[in-house]
Parts: sequence; structure tokens; C-alpha cells
Amino acid sequence: MAASRWIRRHLVVIAGLVTLAYMILPNVVVMVFSFNKPTGRFNYSWNHFSLDAWKSPCGAAGLCGSLGLSLQIAVYATIAATILGTMIAFALVRYRFHGRGPVNSLIFLPMAMPEVVMAASLLTLFLNLGAQLGFWTILIAHIMFCLSFVVVAVKARVLSMDPRLEEAARDLYAGPVQTFVRVTLPIAAPGIVAGALLSFALSFDDFIITNFNAGSTVTFPMFVWGSAQRGTPVQINVVGTAMFLIAVLIVVVGQAVSSRRGKSAATS
Amino acid sequence: MTATTAPPDAPPVTGGEPPRRRAFRRGRLVPYWLLLPGILWLIVFFLVPLVYQASTSVQTGSLENGFQVTWHFQTYWDALQQYYPQFLRSLLYAAVATLLCLVVGYPLAYLIAFRAGRHRNLLLVLVIAPFFTSFLIRTLAWKTILADGGPVVGFLSSAHILDITAALGWTSGHRVLATPLAVVTGLTYNFLPFMILPLYTSLERIDHRLHEAAGDLYATPWTTFRKVTFPMSLPGVVSGTLLTFIPSSGDYVNAQLLGSADTKMIGSVIQSQFLTVLDYPTAAALSFILMAVVLFVVTFYIRRAGTEELL
Repeated sequence: MAASRWIRRHLVVIAGLVTLAYMILPNVVVMVFSFNKPTGRFNYSWNHFSLDAWKSPCGAAGLCGSLGLSLQIAVYATIAATILGTMIAFALVRYRFHGRGPVNSLIFLPMAMPEVVMAASLLTLFLNLGAQLGFWTILIAHIMFCLSFVVVAVKARVLSMDPRLEEAARDLYAGPVQTFVRVTLPIAAPGIVAGALLSFALSFDDFIITNFNAGSTVTFPMFVWGSAQRGTPVQINVVGTAMFLIAVLIVVVGQAVSSRRGKSAATS
Repeated sequence: MTATTAPPDAPPVTGGEPPRRRAFRRGRLVPYWLLLPGILWLIVFFLVPLVYQASTSVQTGSLENGFQVTWHFQTYWDALQQYYPQFLRSLLYAAVATLLCLVVGYPLAYLIAFRAGRHRNLLLVLVIAPFFTSFLIRTLAWKTILADGGPVVGFLSSAHILDITAALGWTSGHRVLATPLAVVTGLTYNFLPFMILPLYTSLERIDHRLHEAAGDLYATPWTTFRKVTFPMSLPGVVSGTLLTFIPSSGDYVNAQLLGSADTKMIGSVIQSQFLTVLDYPTAAALSFILMAVVLFVVTFYIRRAGTEELL
């Protein structure tokens, strides 16, 4: 009786934690299997513990090359999409202009479209133009689909900004450039950083659009896709685990820094 | 386009409130310059490709002799007739995965918003953390989890759950891999964060006192949820379901990695028509139909929900 009441009271918590476990489970599997020594070409069933893959993360032919390429594309795409997207976001929030509706739709549409449609249509463009598929076509595609997400992230931040801060800066004789650099940009920064991080993650992890427009160029997700057909090296799991750990580390450090900053601001 | 061709003698369009108008009058062209590069990029690499694709879908010809626009709309009909099973399957799988995401994701979003206390940030990080490992690697991990003779299949089998799912046609024999169940599991898993985050955002905005008020008025927790919490979280439900349904309807990664030939989705067909069979008109037509269906669903949904906060 008491047990069933306890369960009823905590049903939401239990269900939520089960969902969380469902979301985390594959990451745990990826991590555990990075220490596996598989018997065949595929790393799907446990054989015995080994550190081999961690000792030679580039041991699988082509893996580190594809990883480097993915990082490079992600960095370039992030920089370009963040700049272009931030400019659009500022225009949308700070100015009135003709054609706002079409501009909003143009930004919304790429997010409301299955990736495969964008991928296929972009490929028809490149085929019709006779473009050489490879690094540049991937980069063009990535900038295109990251842009909208940057606009959304930055727009949200700029919208919640108090315009009086900029007026105050102007009243204190700050020029437009000075106001922008010293006041506007620092306040918009979290939105811009969020947009940039999102772009990086989207670009680095993109498979479908890249698969269509890469030609014979192999990014990291395409390497993983290919190895799902040919045989999965354990090093894939090492890369997956390392990415996970690095990202968690960044989040934890970021949290610690911001909470310390918050504390010192509170005490001073 | 529209942004850049506005006439220079347009009526004053700058500034919302009077004090701001003065500051921006000089820079009437500024917004257009800010918009120009990004919008141009989207026009050239998003809109124009859609036009190219539309024209490709009504072309006939062959790879050797080239394709010409012949307004051959028959391609659409043929493509639909040949591939309607994959179409219906994609929509069904996407709808089921979306519904599962909602059912499975709601308690977690609720937990983070109302019951997590000081663990809220930790839980949020745990929701986003799986993103940090490439989704292809994580999808491959499901091959291990759902492996034949593995603990999950063993449990489902001994609990006779697999008998039920097999009777419903979701699984076959004592396998989960290469069945619809595996594909839907993968889809649900992959797009779950896109459901949870918007749900959390809309739940978090709800004023706690409303719950107390409902309780004071003798509403049971369930009634409170049904009459207060859920209606107020509807914007999150709408954007969450869209963010889950759109990508899963066009996905072919889960179907290919976790499914079999019998679970092929329309994304796989478009991909193979484009990259392997090289039948561009059919591929373009299929892609166009998928786009039309998804846009129809999105528009219908947004109309119903009547919200502009989806972004």
C-alpha cells in the first residue's frame, strides 16, 4: 500500500529518469565498446577488454583524415554562418524594412524542410552548374543550413535586450561604432556564442546533406557510414567517447566559471 | 530579393518608437546591407536549388543523352505509384516516433521544469550530452543494444512482449533488429532532444502559483495537469512535434542501419535514385512530393496552433 503510494507520487520522476536512461544508454555502449577487442570486422558484440584502440586512435585508415576535414569544414561553416546570421538577426530586430515577411519565411523554411529535400535540390543545382563536388560544395551547403539556426539564436537574445542601454551609451556621447562594440555586442554575445556552438555541432555531425554533395570527399560522419557497411573499427568509438568527454568538460568548466563570476559579482 | 529592391523613395520605415527613429533615419539602407549577404546565400543555395529541382522533376532523357524539360508530369504519378508504400511507411514511422517522443519526453521535461530543484542544470546537460557523440555512432550502438540474443531481446522475449509485437507485425521471430520496431526505436531516440527542449522551455514559463491555485480549488493532480499544465505547454508540444516529425519523415539513416529492405523509408529511395540509380527526374519528383507533404503538415499545424513563437 505504502509502496504503491510512493510510486504514484513519484511516477513523473521515475518515468523521466527512465527516459533519461534511454537517452544515455547508447553513449554508455559507445564508451564501453571503445575498450573492446572485437573478433570480426564489426564492433557490435563484446569480446574482451583492450586498450589498443585508445593507444592508436588513428589506427583505422582514413579516420583521422576525415576527422580533420570535418573539423575544418565545421570551423569555416561556423564562422561564415555566425557572421551572416548575426547580421540578419540584427536587421530583423533593430530595423523596420520592406520585405520582412519574405525574409522571415526564407529563414524559417530551411528548418521546416526534411534534410533530404535540401540535399537533393542542392545537388541538382551543382549538377546543373557542373560544379566539382567536394570540400567547397560541402562548405556551401553547411553554411546554408546553419544560417537559420544562428538567426534564431541571436534574434532571441537581441529581442530580450533592453534598448535603453544603447540609448544610455549614446547619451554618454558614445559613437555608433563604440556603442555597438562596447554595449551591443557584449550583451548579444551569449546568443551569438549559442548560435556558433549550434552551427559547429550541426555542421560537424551532418550526414544527409553532406552525403549528397560530397562527391568522393569523406567527412567523419561519412566515414562512419561507410564503415557501417565495410566493418566498424573500434577507433570510431574512441573518437565518439573523446568528443563526448571533451564536450562535457567544456560544459562543466563553463558552468564553474560562470557560477564563480556570478558569486564574485554578488559579493563585490 | 525583395529586401534589396526596395525603392529608395519608400516611406520612412525606420525606428519603432519616436526616440529611436531619429537615430536610425540616416541609415535607411543599413538593414538591407545587413541582410544582403545572408539572404543572397539562402536565395542562391536554398531557393534556386528548389527551382532547379522542380525543373528536373519534369525532365525526360537519359544520363548519356542528357535531360530536357518536357513538362513530363507523368513522372510524379509513376513515382507515387511505385513508391507509395515507402511514402506511407515514412509518414507512419515519423508519426509514431513523434507520438512516442511526446509520451516519453513529456515526463522528463516536466521533471526538469518542476521537480529537479538544484539538479535542473545537471539534467539539462544530460539531455544535451548525447548530442556530443556523432549521431551515426550512437545509432550504431543500437545495433549492439538490440542485438539478437542480447539482454534486451532476451528480456522482451521471455516476457512474451515479442510475441505480442510479432502478432502486430512490429517484429518478426525473436528479433528486434531489422524490424519496424528497431527503426521506430532509433527514430524516437535520435529526435527525442528536439521534443524535450521546446517542451521544457514552455513548461518552465508556467507560473507555479497556478498549480497551487488549482490545488486550492480541489483539483486532483491529474485534473491540474489536464486543465492547467498541459494546455499551457501546448506551444512546446506544437514546436516539439514539428521538430521531431520533420526530420524523421525524411530520415534514412535509422531505416538503413537498424532496418531491413522491408522498412525502407522514402529518404532511402530518394537517396538511391539520386546517388546510385541516377534517375534524376524520379528522385526530384519524390523529393518534391515529400516537401509538399511536410510543408502541408507544418502549415496546417501552425494554423491550428495559431502561434508565431515556433521559432
